[in-house]
Amino acid sequence: MSALSRSASARRAFWLLLAAGGAVVAVALGAAHYMEEHGHVVTGMNNQVVWGLPHVFAIFLIVAASGALNVASVGSVFGESAYKPLAPLSVLLTVALLAGGLMVLVLDLGRPERLVVAATHYNFRSIFAWNMILYNGLFAICALYLWSLLERRLGALSKPVGIAAFAWRVILTTGTGSIFGFLVARSAYASGLIAPLFIALSLAWGLAAFYLAQCGLARLAGQEAWDEALHARVRRLLAIFVIAALYFVAVHHMTNLYWARQGAFERFILVTGAPYPALFWIGFVGLGSVVPLALLFHPRLAGPRATAAAALLVSLGALAFLYVFIIGGQAWPLEIFPGYEAASSFRDGQVDGYAPSLPELLLGLGGVAASFVIALAGARVLPILAPPKVAIPAAGPAK
Amino acid sequence: MNPVDKRRREFFGQAAAIAGTLVAPGLMLYEYAQAKAPADPVSGKVRWGMLIDTTKCAPGCRDCVDACNRENGLPGSTRSTDSQWIRKVDLKDLRTGRAVSIPVLCQHCAEPPCVDVCPTGASFKREDGIVLVDRHTCIGCRYCMMACPYKARSFVHEPTTGQKPDVPRGKGCVESCTLCVHKVDRGGTPSCVEACAAAGHGAIVFGDLNDPQSEISRRVRAASTTQLRADLRTDNGVRYQGLPG
Repeated sequence: MSALSRSASARRAFWLLLAAGGAVVAVALGAAHYMEEHGHVVTGMNNQVVWGLPHVFAIFLIVAASGALNVASVGSVFGESAYKPLAPLSVLLTVALLAGGLMVLVLDLGRPERLVVAATHYNFRSIFAWNMILYNGLFAICALYLWSLLERRLGALSKPVGIAAFAWRVILTTGTGSIFGFLVARSAYASGLIAPLFIALSLAWGLAAFYLAQCGLARLAGQEAWDEALHARVRRLLAIFVIAALYFVAVHHMTNLYWARQGAFERFILVTGAPYPALFWIGFVGLGSVVPLALLFHPRLAGPRATAAAALLVSLGALAFLYVFIIGGQAWPLEIFPGYEAASSFRDGQVDGYAPSLPELLLGLGGVAASFVIALAGARVLPILAPPKVAIPAAGPAK
Repeated sequence: MNPVDKRRREFFGQAAAIAGTLVAPGLMLYEYAQAKAPADPVSGKVRWGMLIDTTKCAPGCRDCVDACNRENGLPGSTRSTDSQWIRKVDLKDLRTGRAVSIPVLCQHCAEPPCVDVCPTGASFKREDGIVLVDRHTCIGCRYCMMACPYKARSFVHEPTTGQKPDVPRGKGCVESCTLCVHKVDRGGTPSCVEACAAAGHGAIVFGDLNDPQSEISRRVRAASTTQLRADLRTDNGVRYQGLPG
């Protein structure tokens, strides 16, 4: 029997949450239908800002999906046995987040009904096409990984499959970062640094998402979410990942500042181009990184509640970062005529505005809700949650 | 001249006239079609291109833009969500203050970034250098718009009206200048070029960059021309004269 169906109150709470998540998904599907019926004219997107709020949510979920596999990797690949009981949820969450992100990405297409075209026509020079293969491959590997973790007879498979999953997700996030990194003409992107930056971000965002999922599901099941020793390690790990992400973001901006031609863009995104500087400094750096670090490191705030608050702030900071990165990066005009001041009816040389519309927000939230529903339902039908009172050994590699 | 010779001459004369009457229209049509029947594949021996003489392009003149909109059934409005396949860009040299006005359209690159990034291959380059979007396989992901260095592509944000039979358009797909491929394949020239010439400006020359005898090749050889963002090495089919890089 699943831990989520042991008591009547747990069963009731499960169905209520499932219904609530399902309702948000249904609303998102309605919003996507509305966008498809009327065209993207009902969104805030235009011919300059071509990727809007749905992409912010989709990229967040896809990058976090890759990072959510961390916990399983630490157990299977790096032999830290303390993490092994948490591995099934880690893999399930990867599947759930990836599915939610892809749902948003597909429903934001101009022609979502042509998904079969995307599945049957591949341009192998396109990193986008490679990513479709990588995303589908991750689903397949995660399914096998989860099976090997839950089925005792396949236990021996869990290590090689875990190593394959780890390698696959590193390549996948490199691919996601390269979607932007390969855009040679855009000041905001066009950098090989974006691939490792995305990997660092995925570590932080994925672990934050995992922490929240573990806390939520354990609470629903009436279990203790964390063993104290393990909690201390996860807390430290999250802090290290947040610092690594900050480091890569700083290096990316410093690289841009070093190049004279990128100076104007950096001034726009970091100082003058409202609302992006506020979202970057207050949203991502302040509330999304510095405050979580304070919560994670402060000796008086060592409890799960402070860590959960830190994880939530890291996730919200992620959305702020991606809003600046994706939308701010497009709002800045292309430099088509270096050395000239340009003006045209197509807004050449101008910073273009973008105001997200309600359908876009609903679609993005629907992706989060879809991930939530998949994780919740998965935790109910599969023996995902670590049994209570499990003896978790202290830190150290597995024997 | 005996009567037999005379009749023979008359016979040959009449036969030649009849043959001429039968063959001449065919030859003229053949010329008109520039030797490419609809079923013939596009030849890689040709590379269509444009030379835009910025010294002849008047600020405020929109003849090329209006002709493009008429030919391709575009609404011609300029909201940020409207399609603009060709636009006039007013430029001011930041070093000298010199002002120019130039039309900017799809640059029909030899190495088009839009083709590289398109996941389904809907963005493609024909053998003759014309870059197009296959409306049947475009899924509307807009990655090509992110990748294009020239902001040459538009996304169809709402249902279309007033479509032309030769120029299919569709909501949810990306589109851009086709170099009036439907006219070029019948031996014609793009509408913007015709309109510019008809108005007496003659600022745009269209032709085969691979043919050393074509006007565009001679002009490109004779005068200094630039490609937009030449540093990206996309090798644009559209060249600008009188626009220092």
